[in-house]
Amino acid sequence: MTAATLPRVQRLLHAGPGVATDPGLAGHLALHGPVAVPGRRDAAWAGALLAEVSASGLTGRGGGGFPAAAKWEALRRSGRRPVVVVNAMEGEPASAKDRTLLTWTPHLVLDGAELVAVLAGARSVAVCVADDRDGTARAVEAAIAERAGRPGAPAMSVLRPPARYVTGEESALAHWIADGDARPVLRVDKSLPLRAGRRTVLVHNAETLAQVALIARHGAGWFRSVGTDEAPGTTLVTVTGGVQAPGVVEVELGTPVADVVQRCGPSGPIAGFLVGGYGGAWLAPELASTPYAPTPLARAGATHGVGIVVALPTTSCGIAETARIARWMAGQSAGQCGPCVYGLPALADDLELLAAGRADGSVVGRLDQRARSVVGRGACRHPDGVARLVRSALSVFAADAGAHAAGRPCDGRHAASVLPFPRTAALGSVAS
Amino acid sequence: MSARVAVALRVRVDPVACDAYGYCAELLPERVSLDEWGYPVVDGRPLEAGLVEMARRAAAECPRRAFIVDRDARAT
Amino acid sequence: MIAATSTTTSEAIWYVIRSTGVVALVLLTVTTVLGLAAAARVRTRRWPAFAQVELHKRATMLALVFLGLHVLSAVVDSYVHVGLVAVVVPFTSSYRPLWTGLGAVAVDLLIAVAVSSALRQRIAPDLWRRLHWLAYGCWPFAMAHALGTGTDAGQLWMDAIAAVCTLAVAVALAWRILEHRTALDAAARVGATTRAVPARHRSGPPSGLRRSPRSSTGAAPRSYPPTGTDRTPTTTQLLERDHR
Repeated sequence: MTAATLPRVQRLLHAGPGVATDPGLAGHLALHGPVAVPGRRDAAWAGALLAEVSASGLTGRGGGGFPAAAKWEALRRSGRRPVVVVNAMEGEPASAKDRTLLTWTPHLVLDGAELVAVLAGARSVAVCVADDRDGTARAVEAAIAERAGRPGAPAMSVLRPPARYVTGEESALAHWIADGDARPVLRVDKSLPLRAGRRTVLVHNAETLAQVALIARHGAGWFRSVGTDEAPGTTLVTVTGGVQAPGVVEVELGTPVADVVQRCGPSGPIAGFLVGGYGGAWLAPELASTPYAPTPLARAGATHGVGIVVALPTTSCGIAETARIARWMAGQSAGQCGPCVYGLPALADDLELLAAGRADGSVVGRLDQRARSVVGRGACRHPDGVARLVRSALSVFAADAGAHAAGRPCDGRHAASVLPFPRTAALGSVAS
Repeated sequence: MSARVAVALRVRVDPVACDAYGYCAELLPERVSLDEWGYPVVDGRPLEAGLVEMARRAAAECPRRAFIVDRDARAT
Repeated sequence: MIAATSTTTSEAIWYVIRSTGVVALVLLTVTTVLGLAAAARVRTRRWPAFAQVELHKRATMLALVFLGLHVLSAVVDSYVHVGLVAVVVPFTSSYRPLWTGLGAVAVDLLIAVAVSSALRQRIAPDLWRRLHWLAYGCWPFAMAHALGTGTDAGQLWMDAIAAVCTLAVAVALAWRILEHRTALDAAARVGATTRAVPARHRSGPPSGLRRSPRSSTGAAPRSYPPTGTDRTPTTTQLLERDHR
């Protein structure tokens, strides 16, 4: 199938070549129609919405992948009144989906936030946009202004936490809201609602909330009419790398990775796919038909993560690109936990040596052992993600790694990086 | 048939508080070893009765109170 | 009615004051050196850190016993007029107010450290740490008091004891400072992530949700010398050279 004949599903994103949508409230209502939100907490309505979202099987689109309704159950059990936080931090550099949503259809996200707020009994909603994304913040503020003044609706505001990778972790956001300190907090029992000082916060990814807004309008059955039984619905995927038209596409869950990339027109043969983000994993080109869904990707040694696919052209070097990611991710550590603070730079050091063909013979074994040793020993999953990425690189690019370790590095390491990194990042010598 | 609840004690480390003093590894080598940077690697298996006292001692000695003996109820 | 004290009893008490004072000073030196060693992460297979800490605690307890005897005998003694109040309130003694006062300062600091350590499990770890830093003041004030008040100051044996104690503390202190520098270097070597991060992660509490920000601990992590590639000079520079 060519890109033109692939079936397109348009639920969240309706903009496209030649098709412009009005991001304002009028355009939003014309496209999606209104959604009934009670002015006050209505137990029957709340129960119905919770049941509908539960039945839909919607999982979080921010990388965690947990059932969206599960957090609501935990909150209901605790009986607390939360603040709803819309997580639009999008710390993954290779992701642009949340920005896209908030720029093109902010009202869909805000509808979802309002629905969840009323369901949870929250009186305020805080949309967290990184402090280096002024355009997105302005778009959200404009949308909030359009919605203002309805009685009983929760108060909405835009907050600007510092733009670092780990700030998007939900305990880090809660910590920043409480104390101004955007570092993750150790959570022993994740089934308890998240606290920010004395308050309780309910954090949802922006795309998750947009999906909730659609489920509230059309129902669980409609949501499940696309996708797979295990992974229903659509998801937004940012496709970059060796493609002609990089961007954000909306696909059914379960679409083969190759087809997702096909939508953006690969510009040549592909050496591997980076799936799920910089804390995700590499996928071998032979496994390109793996469906983009949690279980198939996990079985292939990858992870669903945040909807991201980077197509690595054969002219690039997977080891060098992994070295760049590891170095950047090491710099993004919150600096709280020894295994992360010392382990990640050590991995990056070894990867850079390996990429340059200057490593000793034991480097691959050392990388694997160190990667294994940092897992689960931090306050958050940051080192776990890097460890997974590194081990997947050693597996997918095993032949390449062998050649590099034997002192025969490939020429691809000289190629410019196809990976996006924030401009302000200190990346050492291999900054793209 | 009612489920019997066995209360198991386990040890764990608060990674944010931990500052790699290493007293825990000295006092409870059966459950704690140190990685190459001096940070603890903890075996999360339940403690045998004979280890509980040393585990509690290690928790008391830790200068950052990062070593914790936790009660963990599991239904048997 | 003040009973007439025979000279021998008075002299006996005088010896008790001096001897318990010297022993307390030596024990205080021992515990200070052990405390500095523990903070400097000095350890061997036969002298594990927890053993040093245990000794440190017991030496302090012993020092407190002798200090108690020293203080008690000084109060009881009728020749020197050191009231009970002057033991804890510095510079209020009528006998050599300055030098006795220095001893009182040492007593105050030691009481603060000892009480906070006794209640260690009940107070916040950070509070305990901060109070424990007062321990740095105990030994200098005690030594100054000994040299200034002590009748034995100037005697060879006393000077010898004082010199050895001072040397021990000086060496331990130097070791501690050196270790601190090493720890900072280790943190810097991993790309200054720990130094830079607290500033970058903070941007003040948002308006409407304002709370006074608590300070982060921000302490540099300790490390044993990392093995492997950390010592090789070929880190990011390598690929740069490779890229010409």
